[in-house]
Amino acid sequence: MNYHWNWGIFLEQVKAGEETYLDWLITGLGWTLAVSLMAWVLALLCGSVVGTLRTAPHRGAAFAATAWVETFRNIPLLVQMFLWFFVAPELLPRDLALWVKQDMPAKEFFTAVICLGLFTSSRVAEQVRAGIQSLPRGQHMAGLALGFTLPQTYRFVILPMAFRIIVPPLTSEFMNIFKNSSVAFAIGVLELTFQARQMQEDSEQGIETYLAVTLLYFICAFLANRGMAWIEKRSRVPGLIAASR
Amino acid sequence: MSFFTSFDPSVIAPSLPFLWSGLLFTLKLTLFAMSGGIVLGTLLALARLSSIGPLSLAATWYVNLMRSIPLLMVILWFFLVIPLITGKPLGAENSALITFTLFEAAYYSEIMRAGIQSVPRGQAWAGQALGMNYRQIMAHIVLPQAFRNMLPVLLTQTIILFQDTSLVYAIGAKDLLKAAEIAGKNYNRPVEMYLFVALIYFVICFALSRLVKRLQARIAIIR
Repeated sequence: MNYHWNWGIFLEQVKAGEETYLDWLITGLGWTLAVSLMAWVLALLCGSVVGTLRTAPHRGAAFAATAWVETFRNIPLLVQMFLWFFVAPELLPRDLALWVKQDMPAKEFFTAVICLGLFTSSRVAEQVRAGIQSLPRGQHMAGLALGFTLPQTYRFVILPMAFRIIVPPLTSEFMNIFKNSSVAFAIGVLELTFQARQMQEDSEQGIETYLAVTLLYFICAFLANRGMAWIEKRSRVPGLIAASR
Repeated sequence: MSFFTSFDPSVIAPSLPFLWSGLLFTLKLTLFAMSGGIVLGTLLALARLSSIGPLSLAATWYVNLMRSIPLLMVILWFFLVIPLITGKPLGAENSALITFTLFEAAYYSEIMRAGIQSVPRGQAWAGQALGMNYRQIMAHIVLPQAFRNMLPVLLTQTIILFQDTSLVYAIGAKDLLKAAEIAGKNYNRPVEMYLFVALIYFVICFALSRLVKRLQARIAIIR
C-alpha cells in the first residue's frame, strides 16, 4: 500500500481560503447535530400523532395514518430528499415557489430537516403503535369506565404508559437519525459527509479525513445512546420485566 | 399552480430503456449483496456464537463497527481504500458490489444470530446424542430451522437493502436513481423523473412488504 500519511493535515489551511480543515469538520459536525436534532423533534411530534391515529377507532383516520407510514417507509431516503428539494417547491403557489427557490434562507437545511423528520416519523409511529397495542385492553376500558372521553383516556392513561414502554426502540431510532442525516449531503447541506468528501478532494488525505469523520459519527451515536439510556432508567415502568434488570 | 400546468409525463416514455438499465443494476446489486450478505452473515453469526474467544470477539467488533457507521461513509471508505490496497482503480459499480455485500453481512448476521438462538437447545443436544459433529448439527438441524424462522426478517432487511442501494449515488454508480437524474437533465424534466422513480421504488417495496406479511403468516412453525 502506497499512501502518504499526514496527520497534521487537520491544522493546515484549505486550498482556497483562510480556514483550516478542522474548521470544516467542526462546521460539518454542527450541521449534522442541527439537522439530526431538529428532525428528531419533528419525527417525535408527527410520529406520536400518526402512531396514535393508527390505533384510533375511526376508519378514515386509521387509513390516513397507515398511508402516511407506508409512503415514508417505502421510498428510499435519498429519493425523498430529491422529492422535497426539487419537486415539493413546484407544488406551491407560484409566488411562494419562487421565494422558496430563490430567496429562502438556509433552504437546504430546512428541506433536510423536513425530509429526515417525516421519514423518521413513520418509524416512530410504528413504535408508538406497538407501544399502545402492547398495553392490556383493561387499561383502555378502565379509562372509559372512569368517565374519561376517548381523547382523555389516550392522554392520561394509554399514552403515558406507551411512551415509557417504547423508550428502548426509540433509542435505536435516535441513533439512526444521526446516521441517516448523512444523506443530506446530496442536496448540499454542509454536514459531516459533505465535508468529508470536500476535504478528501481538497487535501487528498482521504484516510485521515474519513477516520476523523467516522470518529465524530461514533461520538454522536455514543452520546445519543447514553442520553437515551439515562431517560430509559428514569422512565422505567415499575412491575414490568424490564424494570427488574 | 405552476406544477399542474407544466407537468408533462410524456418525457418518461422515451427514457424508459435508459431507466430500465439503471433498474437492472439496482436489482443486480440488491441480489448480489443479499446472497453474499446472507452467506457471510451466517458465517459471522456462527463466529460470534463460537466458543473460540478471539474469533467471537473479532466478529462482534466487525458487526458493531459496521452497524454504527452511516452506510454513506462505508461506501466512501471502500471506494477510497480498495484501490489503495489493490493498486488499481476498481470502478464505482464493482466497488458498490463489494461494499454492500460486506456491509449487509453485518445486518444479516444479527438476524441469523437471533435465528440460531431461537432454536431450542434440546435440538442441538439431540444431534449430539445421535453422534453428529458440529458441522452436521449446524447444517442439518440448527441452520435450516434458523433460516426458516428468520425468513420474513431476512426479506424485510432485503427491502431495506433495496432502498439503500440508491446511496451509490455518492460514488456515481449508475443505478435507477442516477439514471433518472441523468434522464431528467437530458430532457430538462427532473420533476417528472424523480416522481416516476419514487413511484417505482414505492411499488416494488410496498408489494414486497405485503408479500413478507403473507409469508410470515404461512411459514410460522407450529409449536
